[in-house]
Amino acid sequence: MSPPEPFVEPLVEVENLHAYYGKSHILHGVSLSVGKGEVVGLLGRNGVGKSTTLKSIIGLVATRQGRVLFGGRVVTGMPTHKLARIGIAYVPEDRRIFRLLTITENLRTGLDRNGVSESRRRQLLDRVYTYFPVLAERRNQPGGTLSGGEQQMLAIARAMMLEPKIILLDEPTEGLMPRMVSQIRQIIDVLHRDGVAILLVEQNVPLTLEASHRVYFMEKGEVRHHAVASELDVNNPVIHQFLGV
Amino acid sequence: MTIPWDLIAIQTVNGIVTGMILALVASGLTLIFGILDVVNFAHGELFMLGAYIGVLVLATTGSFSLALVAATIIVALLGAALQIVTLRPLVGRDPLTTILATFGISLVLQNYALWQFGPVARKIQEPITGHFTLFYLDYPWYRVMIALLSAAIIGGFWLFLKYGKYGIWIRATTQDRVMAEAMGIPVPWVHTAVFAIGAGMAAASGVLFGPLAGVDHAMGLAWVLKAFIVVVVGGMGNLGGSIAAAIFISLLEAYASIWVSPSQAVIVSFVVLILTLLFRPTGLFVPISK
Amino acid sequence: MTRHHSTVFWSGFALILALLIAAPLILPPFWGRFLTEILIWGLLAMSSDILIGYTGMVSFGHSAFFGLGIYGTAAALLLVDPPNLFLAILFGLVASGLVAAVVAYFSTRLQDIYFAITTLIFSQIFYVVIFTWTSVTGGENGLAFTRPGLGIPGLYVVRFTPEMMHWFVLAVVAGSYLLLRRITQSPFGTVLQSIRENEARTRAIGYHVEHYKVVSVMISGLFAGLAGVLYALQNQFAAPDFVFFLVSGETVIFNVMGGIGTLVGPIVGAGFVLLLREALSRFFTEYYLIPVGIIFIAMVIFLPQGLLGFMRRWLNR
Repeated sequence: MSPPEPFVEPLVEVENLHAYYGKSHILHGVSLSVGKGEVVGLLGRNGVGKSTTLKSIIGLVATRQGRVLFGGRVVTGMPTHKLARIGIAYVPEDRRIFRLLTITENLRTGLDRNGVSESRRRQLLDRVYTYFPVLAERRNQPGGTLSGGEQQMLAIARAMMLEPKIILLDEPTEGLMPRMVSQIRQIIDVLHRDGVAILLVEQNVPLTLEASHRVYFMEKGEVRHHAVASELDVNNPVIHQFLGV
Repeated sequence: MTIPWDLIAIQTVNGIVTGMILALVASGLTLIFGILDVVNFAHGELFMLGAYIGVLVLATTGSFSLALVAATIIVALLGAALQIVTLRPLVGRDPLTTILATFGISLVLQNYALWQFGPVARKIQEPITGHFTLFYLDYPWYRVMIALLSAAIIGGFWLFLKYGKYGIWIRATTQDRVMAEAMGIPVPWVHTAVFAIGAGMAAASGVLFGPLAGVDHAMGLAWVLKAFIVVVVGGMGNLGGSIAAAIFISLLEAYASIWVSPSQAVIVSFVVLILTLLFRPTGLFVPISK
Repeated sequence: MTRHHSTVFWSGFALILALLIAAPLILPPFWGRFLTEILIWGLLAMSSDILIGYTGMVSFGHSAFFGLGIYGTAAALLLVDPPNLFLAILFGLVASGLVAAVVAYFSTRLQDIYFAITTLIFSQIFYVVIFTWTSVTGGENGLAFTRPGLGIPGLYVVRFTPEMMHWFVLAVVAGSYLLLRRITQSPFGTVLQSIRENEARTRAIGYHVEHYKVVSVMISGLFAGLAGVLYALQNQFAAPDFVFFLVSGETVIFNVMGGIGTLVGPIVGAGFVLLLREALSRFFTEYYLIPVGIIFIAMVIFLPQGLLGFMRRWLNR
């Protein structure tokens, strides 16, 4: 079963990755790829290893076999902070913004990198505040005072500060009200327009199918199926097979 | 029993002076614990080495400020080296191993000092002479200066934490090490830097304490013990709490020394620790979170 | 234990025991006494292993148990005339037992590092009290006393020769090892190890973790006190230095170097460190502790399971 080739040059390639939490063997040889500027969805039931896949790419989970390539370069085993600096941003499932830092300080953790001029920093900050006016309003308040949806905005905004080539998004709409969900949908579009690739893990199938170019389906720690998103709709039996109860 | 108000007033001042030095020592310790999760048994020896370097630099240059700066920088670098060589390999292992490693370091440093400097205590001369009258006593100005310097160092560090770029890195790493790394912050180096800063603070305290009593190879033992008590009473990893606890405990001990000998007065700090552990284990000065 | 394992274990035990019995007859007096000291410190380290290696509770309080055991013995030998061996042992065990009871109480309220620091503080409290209460404890100078004879006072008493002292110590230490081994291999011991592995899970299964911890601390404290009694009998001298927390630190060093969770490992660790100190002190004269410290740090990093760590599972079967 060969994967449909991405329409563009591959940016992140995962080849036969095996990952472990201590002694638990979670990923049993995951293979997928994300092209430059592509939005790729990763679907599956709870516990199949979707989050673990993202964590393995960003170096937060121990991998023993297989490899991860970024722009053609092998990056398996590279320390997380280096991966962030070369362009892989991660937005975790529980947001994990720095609760005691102000919104601006949260953003600065990604802004204060070498080689970024002061004017560029201003630019990036202003852009983010334009897209997320609610963050602009509360910019000097601690992150912990934000609501769930606002924290999700901050988590994504923070990742954008890294000027990444790809953002690993883990269940961004979980627990959010419909209004917020559509805001997330818009942000994904904005990121795509900026040329940022996205690997999107989601439980929200309609949103994923709408936003992605291609989707992978995982089961029991492996990628079992993939398709072009536009060729699927929510009633397709494949959806039921990998996501049904 | 007549209340010796004048003694109490004098001891209040004394208590604040030693309290500020203890606060500086404890700040370094709580920082290292809060950010690296390391119980630094060698902290007292870093204090002691700072004092000795102060002695040497003062003897060669005659400048107290140079001694203070030199000791802080040298011990900070030593701290960084120690962290890289002995503590980095232990990341992720059982916390007992870091306690043991730092205990081993304290043994080595203590005996190194004994070897190089001998068992006889040295002295750091008072940086400024002159007294003012506090009740019927001639109270030395340098004690006040020492308290102010300690406060200045702690204050300076607090400002660095709050506003500097690296201050944000340290605070982010403290709150969520994993996400800090995911934001590109070089967490292993932040750890090294924090250990170095903690070591530097200990060294500075050593130099500041030097004029108050002698400098000898065993001076670290009593201080590390007290510093641990302060860190626990103030709340592990809580900078403000440590400062409050340091002054609180030093004041209590100073008052106790009016009636009992100083070596017995230390029991006060022990009692405070035990009471804290029994009733407010997260720290006396930490609000109980919901 | 399988039959094969049992044979190997007991043959090994018997062989080592035989060597240790013969030792004072073969070795020059200095080394004979040295070996006796190793056994005593080994017993102290072994008692600490119950807490660290089997229950997973790091304690820096063993100097309190040990020191009180010494002073308890001193009290018996100085207050009661004629000096009575059994009373000496009794007083020593009672003294350390009382301290153990207090520490045991705290063990149920505190975890991990807080417990460790509290036990350290306890040692220091006793140190300060003993150091300053000169009229009772002799303060800094300590107390000197005479060794009682072996036997039943009033009926038949024979004075200890150095060889007899060694055999007495050996008997106590060997007996303690066998007793502790029995305890750790019993259902009780299994629960302790389960607490070390995962306290929350053990509690969830339904065990009263607090009760087990209390008993564990008591056992550990009593055997540490016993080591103190032996030390007092061997050296006829009590001093506050033995209550200082550095003694606890050294005990933990013996534990880690020998291998925690093996019972016999700490004894080997004690022997190794004491021999190392002795050897290095001849080359480096005064500052031999520096290479000892460096070797210790290297072992923590590269050989954390200790010298006998590889035998841990085998020894516990």
